Amino acid sequence: MEHGSALMHVLLGKLTLDAIPYDVPLIFWTGVVVAVLTVAVLGTITAAGWWGYLWREWFTSVDHKKIGIMYLVLAVIMLLRGFSDAILMRLQQAMAFGGNMGFLPPEHYNQIFTAHGTIMIFFVAMPLVVGLMNYVVPMQIGGRDVAFPFLNNFSFWMTASGAMLIMVSLFIGSFSRAGWLAMAPLSEAAYSPGVGVDYYIWGLQIAGVGTLLSGINFVVTIVKMRAPGMSMMKMPVFTWTALCTNILIVAAFPILTATLGLLSLDRYLGMHFFTNSAGGEAMMYTNLIWIWGHPEVYILILPMFGVFSEVISTFSGKRLFGYSSMVYATAAITLLSYLVWLHHFFTMGSGADVNSFFAITTMIISIPTGVKIFNWLFTMYRGRIRFEVPMLWSLAFLFTFVIGGMTGVMLSVAPADFVLHNSLFLVAHFHNVIIGGVVFGAFAGMNFWFPKAFGFRLDPFWGKVSFWCWLVGYWVAFTPLYVMGLMGVTRRLSHFTDPSLQIWFEIAGVGAAIILVGIAAFLVQIAVSIRNRHALADTTGDPWDGRTLEWSTSSPPPHYNFAFTPVVHDRDAWTDMKRRGAERPTAGFSPIHMPKNTGAGFVLAFLSFVCGFGLVWHIWWMAGASFLALIAVAIGHSFNYHRDYHIPADEVRDVEQTFARRVAEQGAV
Amino acid sequence: MSGAPEDQGYQSDPRYLHSHEGTPEPEHGTLRGYLTGFVLAAILTVIPFWLVMGDVLDSAAVTTLLVLGLGAVQIVVHMVYFLHMNSRSEGGWNLMAMLFTLIIVGVTLAGALWVMHNMNANMMHLPPMGAEEMLHR
Amino acid sequence: MSETTASGAVGPGASIFYATEEPHPDNGTLLGFWIYLMSDCLIFAVLFACYAVYGGSYAGGPTPGEVFDLHGLALNTAMLLFSSITYGFAMLEMAQRRRTRTLAWLAVAGLFAVAFVGFEVNEFAHMIAEGAGPWRSAFLSSFFALVATHGLHVTSGIIWLATLMIQVGRYGLTAENERRLSCLSMFWHFLDLVWVGVFSFVYLVGVLR
Repeated sequence: MEHGSALMHVLLGKLTLDAIPYDVPLIFWTGVVVAVLTVAVLGTITAAGWWGYLWREWFTSVDHKKIGIMYLVLAVIMLLRGFSDAILMRLQQAMAFGGNMGFLPPEHYNQIFTAHGTIMIFFVAMPLVVGLMNYVVPMQIGGRDVAFPFLNNFSFWMTASGAMLIMVSLFIGSFSRAGWLAMAPLSEAAYSPGVGVDYYIWGLQIAGVGTLLSGINFVVTIVKMRAPGMSMMKMPVFTWTALCTNILIVAAFPILTATLGLLSLDRYLGMHFFTNSAGGEAMMYTNLIWIWGHPEVYILILPMFGVFSEVISTFSGKRLFGYSSMVYATAAITLLSYLVWLHHFFTMGSGADVNSFFAITTMIISIPTGVKIFNWLFTMYRGRIRFEVPMLWSLAFLFTFVIGGMTGVMLSVAPADFVLHNSLFLVAHFHNVIIGGVVFGAFAGMNFWFPKAFGFRLDPFWGKVSFWCWLVGYWVAFTPLYVMGLMGVTRRLSHFTDPSLQIWFEIAGVGAAIILVGIAAFLVQIAVSIRNRHALADTTGDPWDGRTLEWSTSSPPPHYNFAFTPVVHDRDAWTDMKRRGAERPTAGFSPIHMPKNTGAGFVLAFLSFVCGFGLVWHIWWMAGASFLALIAVAIGHSFNYHRDYHIPADEVRDVEQTFARRVAEQGAV
Repeated sequence: MSGAPEDQGYQSDPRYLHSHEGTPEPEHGTLRGYLTGFVLAAILTVIPFWLVMGDVLDSAAVTTLLVLGLGAVQIVVHMVYFLHMNSRSEGGWNLMAMLFTLIIVGVTLAGALWVMHNMNANMMHLPPMGAEEMLHR
Repeated sequence: MSETTASGAVGPGASIFYATEEPHPDNGTLLGFWIYLMSDCLIFAVLFACYAVYGGSYAGGPTPGEVFDLHGLALNTAMLLFSSITYGFAMLEMAQRRRTRTLAWLAVAGLFAVAFVGFEVNEFAHMIAEGAGPWRSAFLSSFFALVATHGLHVTSGIIWLATLMIQVGRYGLTAENERRLSCLSMFWHFLDLVWVGVFSFVYLVGVLR
């Protein structure tokens, strides 16, 4: 045993067979089920011979539309994982009273709430946001693709690699128990000696590279590639919110990168940034992580504000009320979001001056958000409202988000926060704004743009089932948390002694079950829609009487989006074009210059994953070799100067004429 | 900020005026500009070194302020003469991005110092060796 | 430009709704790279903030006055400044489209940067040998993290420079290569700018504390 161990240590670092949790039946059987499912999916793909198709048409694709869809698929898969964690927590808390310890030991429960938060924010909400922006923004601005198509592909695969690393932690070793922000000093080597926090750090660092690059990509895309005539104040509101979100990404994610980097210096090299000894200050970690963390909240919600603006204006048949105030409110939120971070730790011991400053800035930031709410209400006022599924999500958002916003203002009052901090009230508040804002927005957006992406609408019946289950489920699940939070129940507990609380947790559990039905109904909705795709088909490319340029293309749009770049004269450019009878040219096509697909992004991201795994387990040769390979591949890729090709004019003409014929037939019917 | 006025068509849009290879030339500066920048930078580097190494002034506080002030001036010199920053490059977006970044950098630095100083002033002080030692005492 | 009227209503107030010319948006690489540098700036902002907070947390260990060698620092600063101006000369030669001279100045700039990194590694090794390693105190942790992050940036700049010299040598001063040289130029001068912050705020002000 002893002889081999030195060699094994060099080869495998801290990794041994004990790292695989045979002894925890829940994880072991989850692992078995996931393994069986994975083998089944991979087997089906192999049997059907789809690998070549997937690799050529999707994995290596630099088309922003395909990358957007891949982000959304990743988000939905990770939603299933994150939601399983939620169900486990709800079951545990509904059971574990008095003598009953529930089915999750504390160290496992702590991993579950950490994984739930980390996955839901970084690998569900972020991919939803980035996926929607990817799909929609280039088309809304009349562009052919993003500014840096290869980087876009690379960004996606880095996000997917980070997600993979987090998923691997379920079956090899364990995940962090330090909460979704890995607060120091708990996340330091002295208190979290295992690999959990390292999985967390490298998972987020790898995904963070992808997020940052996609932020840069979209800022440049929106600044440089707008259709002629589209001045800043003629940009669709979704594009405006996307611009502000990506500015926030570029200015906030480096702070997360640096902070996690310092934490890893503490853990790997024994430095003293956030330790309890040798001059380190754990409070500095809290301070830094929230300088990133608060803008992050707006990174998630701003694009959804854009989605609601598009949906409400489209389904009210009116242009958006107060466009300029919407733009200025978005810009104000962008800047103000950097001035409120301390409200996440009012209780940490600052003086009255600091707490008052941040309490007031927090109250101020609710004003531009309020402006937006009124703009949406006035857009609907005297509109001809169509209650299609995306509109239902938007209405539910208005109602739910306002209440979440108001509980947020309650929390912004520093003395009140001393009572509510770290309580279930806080948990209810941020789920109220994230589910009521981000998730509802994502569903509104997916229902709205699905016909554009696939050429058929999503089934409205199952969409409504999903919608009502989510809405009712949300309120049943989180109202009890508000109540218990006001009674002083703290968060992140795996066991309770006061039996009078049990009924509230049971109600919350029922709510989670209703949301589960909502998620299932969404999956059924997709399956049913695929089956009924001919009945649900969208042949005109404009199923909702849309207002912005993406609706002027066919559904799904051709690879190059626009054969002729649209010229913009007004906000709601497509409405303007329809009103003034603009006709698509049917001749005079030129060859279209497009970027070539490449596998480099996939390879680089895969090497990052291997490097991250090596670092987590201290397998230094693996980390070093994959890092060197990473640099070599990146340099090698820079020697490839032939990255584009032309789509021949004939091919463009055929595609466009087919579409024109389909639209004409539709008109005849 | 950019884009064509109403109904003048895309021909007036500056982004459609040049041919494929004719994207606006990035500024490379001039020999004179680089040499001016170099001389200024050298002077602005030598003075703070001299102030500190030569122990020129009695007050450390004044020296600190001077060193930081000269550093700030030198950063501007580098930006103007080496990075060719001006309000025209990339339609003003370069400058705007930089100003926004400077605001965020200022907020981060000032905020972190204010918050941490405030907390240290209000919270119990730890002995130099840290909390564990204090607890075990 | 009569051919551009491909569609649109005819008559008064007629508008063009589709451009028949292929669009040629500006190349976004330089703006994109500048925005990347701005994000890098924020990484350094965090490191500077840490040094500002921890700069006096010696934990009974050495103080800046005991470990900083200002003579070495002056030499190092000179290396970086020379590297900056020589890179500038390379850019001037590039604008004149003289490939060999461009490559020569790039090599000189690279050698100065190599000297800079060499001196810095030597300084670090010296400090660690004296018992002033990054694990000694929060002050030293924040010092090493900031200065080494800058040094790593310079190192990656050198690797990038070498790559670009091969590419310019092999493919010439093409539009693509000129764009890459311009990006590296921004990177190079940006690192200079960060170094001004480092030698003023970390070393000189540190010694005065």
